[in-house]
Amino acid sequence: MSLDLEALCIHAADGTALFAPLTLHVPAGSVVTVMGPSGVGKSTLLDSIGGHLAHGFRLSGKVRLNRRDVTDLPAETRRIGLMFQDALLFPHLSVGDNLAFGLPPALRGRAARRAAVDAALDQAGLTGLHDRDPATLSGGQRARAALMRTLLADPAALLLDEPFSKLDAALRGDMRRFTFDHVRARAIPTLLVTHDPDDAALGGTVVALTGHPTA
Amino acid sequence: MKPALIAALSLSLATPALADWQQTLDTARGQTVYWNAWGGDERTNAFIAWVSTQTQALYGVTVEQVKLTDTAEAVTRVIAEKAAGQNDGGAVDLIWINGPNFLAMKEQGLLHGPFVADLPNAQYLDLGPTSPASVDFTVPVDGMESPWRLAKFVFSYDAAKVAEPPRSMAGFADWAAANPGRFTHPVPSNFMGATFLKQALIELAPDAAVLQQPVTGAAFDAATAPLWAWYDALRPNLWRQGETYPENESVQQQLLNDGEVDIAMSFDPASTAAAIADGLLPETARVFVPVGGSIGNISFVAIPYNAAHIDGAKVVANFLLDPATQAHMQDITVLGSFSVLDPAKLDLAAQAAFAALPTSDALPTLADLGPTLLEPHASWMTRLTDEWARRYTK
Amino acid sequence: MTRDGRLLRGVVLVAVGLGLIAPITLGLWQTARAAFGILPALGRDTLSLDPWRDLALLPGFATSLRLTLVTGVGSTLLSVLMATGFCAAVHARMTPAAGARLLTPFLAIPHAAMAVGLAFVLAPSGWIARALAPLAGWDRPPELATVNDGWGFALLVGLMVKEVPFLLLVILSALGQIPVARHMAAGRALGYGRGIVWIKIIMPQVWPLIRLPVWVVLAYALSVVDMAIILGPSNPPTLAVAVTRWFTNPDPAMILPASAGAILQAVIVAAGVALLIGAEAAMRRAGRWWLRRGGRGLSAEPGLRAASAAVMVLMGLGALAMLSLVVWSVAWRWSFPQILPESWSLRPWGGAHDGWMRALANTGLLAGATVAVSLALAIAWLEGEDRARRTRAPWAEALIYLPLLVPQIGFLFGLNVAFLHIGISSGMAAVIWAQVVFVFPYVMIALSDPWRALDPRMIHAAAALGAGPGRRLWAVKLPILLRPILTAAAVGVAVSVAQYLPTLFMGAGRVATLTTEAVTLSSGSDRRVTGVYATLQAALPFAAYLAAFAIPAILHRNRRDLTGAPAHEP
Repeated sequence: MSLDLEALCIHAADGTALFAPLTLHVPAGSVVTVMGPSGVGKSTLLDSIGGHLAHGFRLSGKVRLNRRDVTDLPAETRRIGLMFQDALLFPHLSVGDNLAFGLPPALRGRAARRAAVDAALDQAGLTGLHDRDPATLSGGQRARAALMRTLLADPAALLLDEPFSKLDAALRGDMRRFTFDHVRARAIPTLLVTHDPDDAALGGTVVALTGHPTA
Repeated sequence: MKPALIAALSLSLATPALADWQQTLDTARGQTVYWNAWGGDERTNAFIAWVSTQTQALYGVTVEQVKLTDTAEAVTRVIAEKAAGQNDGGAVDLIWINGPNFLAMKEQGLLHGPFVADLPNAQYLDLGPTSPASVDFTVPVDGMESPWRLAKFVFSYDAAKVAEPPRSMAGFADWAAANPGRFTHPVPSNFMGATFLKQALIELAPDAAVLQQPVTGAAFDAATAPLWAWYDALRPNLWRQGETYPENESVQQQLLNDGEVDIAMSFDPASTAAAIADGLLPETARVFVPVGGSIGNISFVAIPYNAAHIDGAKVVANFLLDPATQAHMQDITVLGSFSVLDPAKLDLAAQAAFAALPTSDALPTLADLGPTLLEPHASWMTRLTDEWARRYTK
Repeated sequence: MTRDGRLLRGVVLVAVGLGLIAPITLGLWQTARAAFGILPALGRDTLSLDPWRDLALLPGFATSLRLTLVTGVGSTLLSVLMATGFCAAVHARMTPAAGARLLTPFLAIPHAAMAVGLAFVLAPSGWIARALAPLAGWDRPPELATVNDGWGFALLVGLMVKEVPFLLLVILSALGQIPVARHMAAGRALGYGRGIVWIKIIMPQVWPLIRLPVWVVLAYALSVVDMAIILGPSNPPTLAVAVTRWFTNPDPAMILPASAGAILQAVIVAAGVALLIGAEAAMRRAGRWWLRRGGRGLSAEPGLRAASAAVMVLMGLGALAMLSLVVWSVAWRWSFPQILPESWSLRPWGGAHDGWMRALANTGLLAGATVAVSLALAIAWLEGEDRARRTRAPWAEALIYLPLLVPQIGFLFGLNVAFLHIGISSGMAAVIWAQVVFVFPYVMIALSDPWRALDPRMIHAAAALGAGPGRRLWAVKLPILLRPILTAAAVGVAVSVAQYLPTLFMGAGRVATLTTEAVTLSSGSDRRVTGVYATLQAALPFAAYLAAFAIPAILHRNRRDLTGAPAHEP
């Protein structure tokens, strides 16, 4: 598995490019970190890879997943997982139902689906919290539940948007390790954007995103 | 009593008319008649609901009352339909109508008919050329509308608060001067307010006979000069100095009950007794009419030219003329409206039914009501209310 | 990628354009033709200015015009001032949720019902006078013109009783989007008094958020009919009432000057809105100069206190009015100067049984149908924006507000004729359509802000988990937005229940609703039956609001993030 960006560039409505064209290879199981000043368009870059780009932006270049061109596919068919600084668990669903939301439909049978969710809860240290209101979880629990929800969807690549920045310092290290361990164990190509140098230190390649000269 | 009466009636009918009427009844069965009628009076609304239950049971015709705040709404509706070229299947089947609205619809060709002579129960009516059932505000009815209730202009007052009500229209000016702020009348753009002015006009005009002719400029100036002199004297002593007026007679009756004014007026001699029974006027309310008599007219129902349910509407108009219906309507506990039928044409059983109706202290006898004055020609009313608006609406 | 978004947006725009905007344009066009002398049904087919001359010559025309301007502009300006002053005084002590709960009865009750109650409370023989009677020694009602007065003062008060709570809610929810406490602290630290910080710092931020609702209030106040019939002067009445009367005059030729009056009504509203825009620009210029002078003017406090007191008085009057409706509906004999009925009876409820049950059923059916259509349309619109990943264009915003800014009387007669022309007969379907024209904008306004406040990353997360657009809508957005959706529905119910002219015109009077019956009965003599209808009229929207609070609270009882206050209500 691999994620490739080929001369990827995003243009605003007035035609100006947000940053210089980006070409990048993210091999399976490795984390590539993109760093850059705030406002340069790091989140917009992830939006474009995930298929969430807002109207008015124009994309040039290609996004390839396992060498397949996914640039024009809708977000829900790309199988690219997404994590934000907020866990963004669905507030109307229980913790378990949040995790089950991402399970592929191919996994059939109530018991099998429930078992998959329970196994994921166990791995995340959330045993027994299946029916809990996500609003009652601690910050760390929420972050782990969100990661498990993403992983249960069996993503072919993972995008992380400053995923640890809202956690307190002690928790941040744990969560970072927890995340990276899972990514490597499952051999998922992962792209991380951040301005925290510690995030970069643990990862592999670091790419600096520079603003467009005229921006 | 009613089924027997209907049976008797069917037997007495001439055969060709009977056949026609039977056809009307057959077509009408299953129809819903939209009766556009002023909806400000709960008792009238309840009576119309009762009519619906009766016509459903007898003829399979349902009556839906379309409650109007003003009869002209129904006229406008028919005009809008005509404007749009909808010449059949119209929304209005039957209208409670008379006076200017009737004149307007008749002149514009918006009415179906003549149809009254086809109604079996028309036999109980006095349809002579000068009868109140043949002339609506001096406009010949020509069979284009069918009578259903008698209206006679009366005043009501609280006998506990007013020792001596005015005895004539001229007397109202003096009475108001002695009791400032205690009298008013509905706004003349309302039918009842206009009637108050007409009642005064008939009494005060130098020659009341001209009122029966279409109005002319000269006749209007001559006939109304004393009226305006009288009104100029009256107005400063009206409730709120005549700067505002109740919207209609019901609002004024409420003012009487609230004690804001001492005198109200109505086109229904039984309404005071009825309102007492309903808890809407004090027990001490009574009725009076000016010594010279008061304006009387008949309320009619008419059918628009484009009505969707013309036959059903005819069945309802006929039912309203049934002696049993008229007796029920005259019952003070029901509606208390006087019958439009000619007593001389009723059989003994029907006469007995009328004689057996309950009475009340607040219900005047026919003798108390005095002579009936004829409505002026409809053109006078329009002219009168326009002139009033011109003089007193600033 | 966004083809289904474009398709959905296209369908919604066509539906709104043909369903809502075209009827208004068509109706205005027909009315305008009549205003310039063209009404083929009456055999008039030459262009002329005669209707305008006739209009100007109608007795009391100038007074009607003056009354409209004084009550419409006056009530709006006073309402804005009072609501602002009140918010400045109590904002720190009142959360938007608490405010919404307190204001709900005032928002739910239709104008007509409130007017019926107020007429009794304020009348010389009314509740206030009855309370004062023993002290003042009145055995008869005092001769004071406290309702239907020639100045339109009672109408002004009536409008304010309804508009102030609406504006309070609008301002409170606008304040929720501004860090008021921090601005206040910063301003006061610079030596400005609380009231002055409010005027110089907070209001300039609030105004852009409440500008459109204020326009709607102004347009409504300038063209209100039902409340003006009940509380306003009658000889002459306000322009809107006069135009309605001219339309229903026995003389059909009056339709021509009536149409001119209806177009004038629309022009007045446009001029009123233009005036507000002009005033805003002038204030901005003058305000900047005033700001730069840096005066600390610590003396705004008395003004705020006066505004708060006035709001309290208005709310007290409104509460008394609502209470009086209920009391009348169970009274039998109740004459001056008794403060409570002399005898009680449930007969008004039983007596009108057939009547009110049917009116209630009709009202419920209309409310259900119009809200369902409006809600579906609003959700389709918002979802279309989401799928196209667009924000709303200003012209689209204007499209939504248009029905609320054009006076109903300006196009309803024309619309009626137009409907008949294209073969849509009067009746339930036509009423539903006409009501949707007014219900949809309110539902849209109520739903837009909470819908857009939903974190788009939440939806991106759902997409990244493999959920397609349909599943994102049904399984994520709608459940999360359940409370604002139900609140928007309740707003829609309140608007639908209150519709008077559209129901009257498009239903050919056949569709009897609680409101048409209440207005008709208010011109009758039986306050008790009017009380029954007005009570029901207020109860129905109130029940809808209650349901909007209760249903999410029950369904989401174990979901802490969803049981908070609704984000916004209009």
